Amino acid sequence: MLNLFGLSLPQASAHAQHVDMLIGAFSLLILFLAGPVIVLIFAFAIRYRRGKDVNRDHAPNRNVWLEVSWTIIPFLLILGFFVVSAKMFFSIHEPPADAMPISVVAKQWMWKFQHPQGQSEINTLHVPIGQPVKLTMTSQDVIHSLYVPALRLKQDVLPGRYTELWFTATRPGTYHLFCSQFCGLDHATMGGSVVAMEPGAYGSWLSTQASGGSLATAGATLYRKLGCGACHAGDGTTRAPSLNGLYGSRVTLEGGRQIVADDQYLRDALLDPNAQVTAGYKPIMPTYRGLIGEEQVMQLAAYIRAMKTVPGEHP
Amino acid sequence: MSRAGLHDASREEAAPLHTPAEAQSYLNDGNSLRSWLLTTDHKRIAILYLISITGFFAIAATAAAMMRLNLLTPQGALLTAEGYNRAFTMHGVIMVWFFLIPSIPNVFGNFLIPLMIGARDMAFPRLNLASWYIFMGGGLFTLAALIFGGVDTGWTFYTPLSSTYANGNVVLALSAVFIAGWSSILTGINFIVTIHKLRAPGMTWGRLPLFVWTHYATALILVLATPVLTVTLLLVVAERLFGLGIFNPALGGDPLLFQHLFWFYSHPAVYIMVLPAMGVVSELVPAAAHKKLFGYWFVAYSSLAIALVGFLVWGHHMFVSGQSMYASTVFSFLSLVVAVPSAIKVYNWTATLYKGSIALNAAFLFAMGFIGLFVMGGLTGLMLALLAIDVHVHDTYFVVAHFHYIMVGGAVTAYLGAMHFWWPKMFGRMYNEVWGRISAVLVFIGFNVTFFPQFLLGYMGMPRRYHEYPPEFQTLHVLSTGGAGLLGLGYALPLIYLLYSLRHGEPASANPWKATGLEWTVPSPPPTHNFEDTPIVVREPYDYPLSHDSSIA
Ligand code: HEM
Ligand SMILES: [Cu+2]
Repeated sequence: MLNLFGLSLPQASAHAQHVDMLIGAFSLLILFLAGPVIVLIFAFAIRYRRGKDVNRDHAPNRNVWLEVSWTIIPFLLILGFFVVSAKMFFSIHEPPADAMPISVVAKQWMWKFQHPQGQSEINTLHVPIGQPVKLTMTSQDVIHSLYVPALRLKQDVLPGRYTELWFTATRPGTYHLFCSQFCGLDHATMGGSVVAMEPGAYGSWLSTQASGGSLATAGATLYRKLGCGACHAGDGTTRAPSLNGLYGSRVTLEGGRQIVADDQYLRDALLDPNAQVTAGYKPIMPTYRGLIGEEQVMQLAAYIRAMKTVPGEHP
Repeated sequence: MSRAGLHDASREEAAPLHTPAEAQSYLNDGNSLRSWLLTTDHKRIAILYLISITGFFAIAATAAAMMRLNLLTPQGALLTAEGYNRAFTMHGVIMVWFFLIPSIPNVFGNFLIPLMIGARDMAFPRLNLASWYIFMGGGLFTLAALIFGGVDTGWTFYTPLSSTYANGNVVLALSAVFIAGWSSILTGINFIVTIHKLRAPGMTWGRLPLFVWTHYATALILVLATPVLTVTLLLVVAERLFGLGIFNPALGGDPLLFQHLFWFYSHPAVYIMVLPAMGVVSELVPAAAHKKLFGYWFVAYSSLAIALVGFLVWGHHMFVSGQSMYASTVFSFLSLVVAVPSAIKVYNWTATLYKGSIALNAAFLFAMGFIGLFVMGGLTGLMLALLAIDVHVHDTYFVVAHFHYIMVGGAVTAYLGAMHFWWPKMFGRMYNEVWGRISAVLVFIGFNVTFFPQFLLGYMGMPRRYHEYPPEFQTLHVLSTGGAGLLGLGYALPLIYLLYSLRHGEPASANPWKATGLEWTVPSPPPTHNFEDTPIVVREPYDYPLSHDSSIA
């Protein structure tokens, strides 16, 4: 917990503490690098001001060793910081396997969150502490950015693409949630809060929320309504590949390239099917662009994820 | 002390000014409006730029004042959301393209480069005039966009907001920047050819003033990077007007493509703003200390290095954009590499002062201000280049503070330093030194009170481009607005005493600061053709009295 001028910036995760330590340490380095310059400029300006009688003999205007040393030493110090911060950056991009998936759709100007059991909320996100949470995010219009200062995390949210953010909140509380990428008229009010709760409290909160069924159930309904099964039913020997066990497996595309069937792949397959045709099939799948929105795409993906039986090599 | 000495010196040499030579100065060579608007004299073109960019600065500063006043209260004290968005867009567009980029190169570069290298004019005088007209054309489009209601995309024009969703005069604003870009390219070409071809005999690369070196590096960036920007802007216009799918995924485009193209120009553009400022300071510091600049070659080559490596770091604006984390890591590393030599120049300026004979005049105080503010800006830039820190403070007030330290604390302060240093040369009059020093101190204090609190705001999580904010951020915002008042006063003062000096200032001698450099060998103000006879250069640069007893490289 940090306090400045009555402002407080809570540390809601271990990562937040590490970022603060890094910033604190770098601030010390700044003092170390800038302090001498500022002090010497003033000292020289006063000591050697014109008209003052001081010894100015042998005024140097070149010294290679000095120049090399004040180039190399700060650089090496800074390189140390680079390594530490790059490691932290990699860790915030590698969500643990057991992270709780929450889907996020941003639009001018609101955030829509959907929990795995189907509860959805606008502009507020409830999460249990101690449990890794993974946000899979996309936008329906322009670029937004999800920013939670208490977690020291932000990530842009793009149209046409999924980005991810994951964290483990460690301290219960209500924290600011901001949009930090300028997104039009009401950008400044496109925010809300993240509410981190004890797992028990989170469970009872969830149970009081209306749910239209889990994402996967909603996806199953859609799957039937859109008639996906007409082609995808069966073992994949007919017109279209089987979706059973597809999620997370490696797919070989027409032309031999292999790709992992993740959320992004499923999204592309629904909206732009002929861009990545599975090897051995004809490009006959229609696009669903315009027929279904980002939330429905996420529901369908959740259903396909639930069909996951035997991941592995897949045609 | 130094002041008395100065004035004595100027009185000694004031006499020749009243001889007929004065009548032939570039200022008196024709008084009609026509003689100014059709001039091909690089010095007069510099004055045209000076007047026009001062006007643009005033407009953009008004927008800044409105934003700062608005942020006095959490709900927004003055403007609607739309008004605020349009204010910061105009502030950014005008400050970047119509003030910062043209400021030092087009005013001082234009005026001084031919004088400094012993040439009669630029290589292409008519192209030089054309550049100004093109620049003004871009300015007119900007004003049109403003008058028809403004633009609400931010000066970064991120797509698909700008290409599809924004409802302001985006096409007009993009055209304005597109046109101004052509002016930059032509100016850059003119500088490069002038510096290569028109150096006086004996003016070797090793004798070039560092001001010329930094402008050479700047011109390289202008010529290499600006075309990328102009093409990118055309693509945005094409998507906006004709629905071509380039950046909007709903049309089959890629939203990150724009950011890559935009920053490929706009990161090097930061160096377009700051390299000339470094050039200015590299003249001011030796002149004040009466000593050769410490490490001449290091400063010269590091300008080129900064210009070239500066092309490889644009991705540090995109650490949270969704680009791959491996790309981000490489960009982070390269950013640390390029930032170090620029910060190191600071050590050279400091070392130059050691055992100098330092005149604490207004120009030098501005140079000192530049060094202090640039150091803060540069080191916080390193902080932003560190991945895990940037993720937290990106797109917050921390970034706003950082780039104002570089662009306003650095470039604008150096611009004012240049103004005070070369004013007597340009107009043949001395200004009031005391007011000059007051202004320099006021700018420094006002600047820090305005922008230092913004580092804290950003670290505490206040995002940028917000017209309203949670109440806990108010104290720091109020402090910042108060500082902006001081800073505004610091900027307004020179306008008054410099203009006053035009009529009432003491006549300036050819070399009031006892500085080296060919520009100080011609009368103040210089005659139309600069040099009666082509000068032959036999002396090392910065050949100040205190430089003699040591190993000049
Ligand atoms: C009194 C001096 C100034 C004040 C008080 C001031 C204030 C501000 C404020 C409040 C913002 C908006 C921050 C945000 O919401 O993101 C801003 C942005 C900006 N300022 Fe200034 N500013 C000043 C001078 C300058 C100068 C002299 C320049 C350039 C020469 C400049 C360049 C910019 C740029 C490029 C932006 C970004 C605009 C954007 O966010 O789209 N500013 N300034
Ligand atoms: Cu947003």
